[in-house]
Amino acid sequence: MNLFRLVWSYLKAKPLNTALNIVLLSLGIAVITILLLFNNQLQQKITDNARGIDLVVGAKGSPLQLILCNIFHIDFPTGNINLAEAERIARNRLIKNAIPLALGDSYQSYRIIGTSKAYADLYKATLQTGNWWAADMEVVTGAQVAEMLKLKIGDSFTSTHGLTSDGHAHDEQRFVVKGIMNRMGNVVDNLILTNVESIWQVHEVHAEEAEREHAVALDSSIVLSMLVPTIAAGDSTKEITSMLIQYRSPMGAIQLPRYVNGQSNMQAASPAFETARLFSILGIGVDVLMAFAYILIFISGLSIFIALYNSLKERRYDLAIMRSMGATRSKLFISILLEGSLLTVLGSAIGLLMGHGTLLLLPMLVVEAQKAGISGVVFYPEEWIILAGSLFLGLLCALIPALQAYRTDISKVLAGN
Amino acid sequence: MIQVSGLAYGYEASKKITFPDFGVAKGEQCLLLGESGSGKTTLLHLLGGLLRSQQGNITIQQTDITTLSESEMDHFRGKHAGFIFQRNHLIGALTVRKNLLMAPFLAGLQQDESRVEEVLRHLGLLEKRDVRIQELSQGQAQRVAIARAVLNKPAIIFADEPTSALDDTNCERVITLLKEAARENQSTLLVATHDQRLKSKIEQQINLK
Repeated sequence: MNLFRLVWSYLKAKPLNTALNIVLLSLGIAVITILLLFNNQLQQKITDNARGIDLVVGAKGSPLQLILCNIFHIDFPTGNINLAEAERIARNRLIKNAIPLALGDSYQSYRIIGTSKAYADLYKATLQTGNWWAADMEVVTGAQVAEMLKLKIGDSFTSTHGLTSDGHAHDEQRFVVKGIMNRMGNVVDNLILTNVESIWQVHEVHAEEAEREHAVALDSSIVLSMLVPTIAAGDSTKEITSMLIQYRSPMGAIQLPRYVNGQSNMQAASPAFETARLFSILGIGVDVLMAFAYILIFISGLSIFIALYNSLKERRYDLAIMRSMGATRSKLFISILLEGSLLTVLGSAIGLLMGHGTLLLLPMLVVEAQKAGISGVVFYPEEWIILAGSLFLGLLCALIPALQAYRTDISKVLAGN
Repeated sequence: MIQVSGLAYGYEASKKITFPDFGVAKGEQCLLLGESGSGKTTLLHLLGGLLRSQQGNITIQQTDITTLSESEMDHFRGKHAGFIFQRNHLIGALTVRKNLLMAPFLAGLQQDESRVEEVLRHLGLLEKRDVRIQELSQGQAQRVAIARAVLNKPAIIFADEPTSALDDTNCERVITLLKEAARENQSTLLVATHDQRLKSKIEQQINLK
């Protein structure tokens, strides 16, 4: 016999009460754990995906949409911008690097991005197999895309217009897989990369027009575009979706957005600013859920207190008899504290498991969660705080009952009056 | 063994109970007789240190227990005394075996499983070892309480109305077992009761008025 076994026997003697208290607390803890894991990982992903991009320039519209579409690839494009106009901005001396993006097509709901190699370099993406694209209609896919769609080198496919799988099919042109990237743990895992020209090619209606553009590009006397180097600079017929910009100096942050928004019919959006805004919007929902979790935990604390308080009334004789067998007041005091904290620690441990379990199951059930790359097997130091906090809660709930146990007048109880 | 002198206790100042001086030698068996309200339970609780703040002296095994601190008293009681009450007050959440093991555990002594078996066998309860307390009959429960009281081989066994809730057959059986168990363990036995059936069972008697 020991104190722990004694306490455990008392908990086992009232299985329903014990189960109710544990379930209440573990639900609250599970919600907090899910929010903790989800929020932390989402912030981490968003920061990772936006790293190195100081500004996004695109068509006018919602700046948040511009960021969501061009950095996280979850929203629809705001429209197109003229390549020549984009180039004029890109030549600004405050810009170190400008990467063009041409969106509009997808394959099995995975986006095809027309861009330059610099985009892959931005995420330090490396190849698992194959080579980077060298010619039009050659693609490199992200690891997740290749895995989900079972794509290999040399496979070909046709794209669909739009970003869902039920759009108009571009059957005339076939993309060929040339390479597959390593799993990077960021947005490129879910993308299919190609050059900008390929995107233009599938969207061009007149074949002869394409030939004419091609002829221009071959003329060596013409200055080539810095964004898409196969065509002439200042070509006013070409359009892209957006341009990702890296500043050369912090001065860019002050001057460029104002310049783009004021001097052109394009808009510039800062990923840092827009993601902060996104978090403050999401934050309200998170706060509401958090409050709900705290209410659950408060109720479970109350329930544990009431259960201990009531069971102590029934156990007055037990306590007195234990004193008559030589138990000291402090031993009984500790046993009640142990009972409370055992309940809460058990509840929160189960809650943590439930939280991790939920996030482990979620990607199996919801494809979007899988794309977001939220994992259930990540652990944060805050979870120790949850465990310690629940231990404290248990001690707090058991304090008054424990004091009662401490103060029990054994003689009075045993004499039966 | 037990020596009481000048003992008095007052729940309230006006209702002070004064007890006669008496002594019980080691291994002796003694009955504390008296009507309800005569202070039998109070005396037993005072002797066991369950009740404090009395006047007078109580010496048990050469120790004046009135001078012990509360936790010293707890340890002293755990080591040297065993209690049996009218209602058996076993711990319902535990099995018979675990109830018995509570005695050495709470007294801070070695927990000896073979001693538990030995005592249970003596009291004819061996097959009830792993049974929950709720499944025992009144008589069986009282026997388990006896088993628990003698498990640590205490110097003294205090029994407070051990038979008043039992019918004649069980009364006979319990008092016989109690006397036997006390003798086997060389324990002094002190039974407080108003149960007239016990008068013929234990010769040495102290009457409280």
